[in-house]
Amino acid sequence: MIGASTIACSAVSPSTLRAGRGRGRRFCALLCLCALLACGFAAPVFAIDPLPFKDRAEEQRFQALAKQLRCLQCQNESLEDSNAPLAADLRRDVFEQMQAGKSDEEIKRWLTARYSDFVLYDPPLHGGTWLLWFGPLLVLAAGAGAVLVTVRRRAKAGASPQTAARPASDVEDDW
Amino acid sequence: MNPRLLPFAGFVLVLALLGFGIWWSQYHDLREVPSPLIGKAAPAFSLPTLDDPERRVTNLDLAGEPYLLNVFASWCFACREEHSILMNDGKQLGIKLVGFNYKDEPADAKRWLAQFGNPYDLIIADLPGDVAIDFGVTGAPESFLVDAQGIVRYKYISPITPEVIATQLLPRIAAMKKGAK
Repeated sequence: MIGASTIACSAVSPSTLRAGRGRGRRFCALLCLCALLACGFAAPVFAIDPLPFKDRAEEQRFQALAKQLRCLQCQNESLEDSNAPLAADLRRDVFEQMQAGKSDEEIKRWLTARYSDFVLYDPPLHGGTWLLWFGPLLVLAAGAGAVLVTVRRRAKAGASPQTAARPASDVEDDW
Repeated sequence: MNPRLLPFAGFVLVLALLGFGIWWSQYHDLREVPSPLIGKAAPAFSLPTLDDPERRVTNLDLAGEPYLLNVFASWCFACREEHSILMNDGKQLGIKLVGFNYKDEPADAKRWLAQFGNPYDLIIADLPGDVAIDFGVTGAPESFLVDAQGIVRYKYISPITPEVIATQLLPRIAAMKKGAK
């Protein structure tokens, strides 16, 4: 369990190295090497710890939940994928809470009380995140507004005989 | 404005947005996890001390005076860098310095402290890492400033530097002491 660091951003498992064949394999190995060099640190390799699920349904529920949660140590990995010791601890905690009959929402609340919304890949809608949720819609609305204004202006200009006489191909890039 | 300039204006706008993003990320750590614990009571815990596993320390034992809880481990490379700062400037804080030995074998931690010195007034050990999760610890080093009422006032992720002590910790400690009087 011991042997990690805050800079341990990439833990490489042997299975990753074995995954490719031929050139792909060499490329993969090279990538892993680069990742290791970039981190300046080699994390000891741990297999994803097996948890004693009672049936397939429970396992699927656990996996679905772990996919939605971020590993705090290796922040671009989900709790499901991460090899970080903290991720293993959190997986164990999530599993134990599932065993205790907690709902997914309760487990998420338990985690956000400690690690803030950062732990959720799907950010909840509240005061601080409305721009994140509706920003794209605002941009879309602004675009629609711009198109509307242009079309109206063009329609007005089209009413005058001069522009009406123009060939259609010229109109296309005239905006 | 010439409508033909509109695409260019749009391009400049996008460029400005990207430029702002680059500038902003220089002064903000995008990996920093905000702590929901700030302004709330430190989580309840009962942990053994590093020196004597039989002796347990609880959050109530630490209450009554402010303290800095410093998460460290012998396996943590960045902690080494921080350690010399704590050795030199730790006393300057004027509050209790509590070491939180995180997921560390006691023997390793003791050897590490023997080698680099011990700046802590008290060291509690969390080998399984459960209490660390209650504190929202994401790694080491991390530091929590807790006031006399047991409320978490500040959290700092990454190694403490003399600058952090001067600009972040000391003003907050002074404010806490002023508030207590």
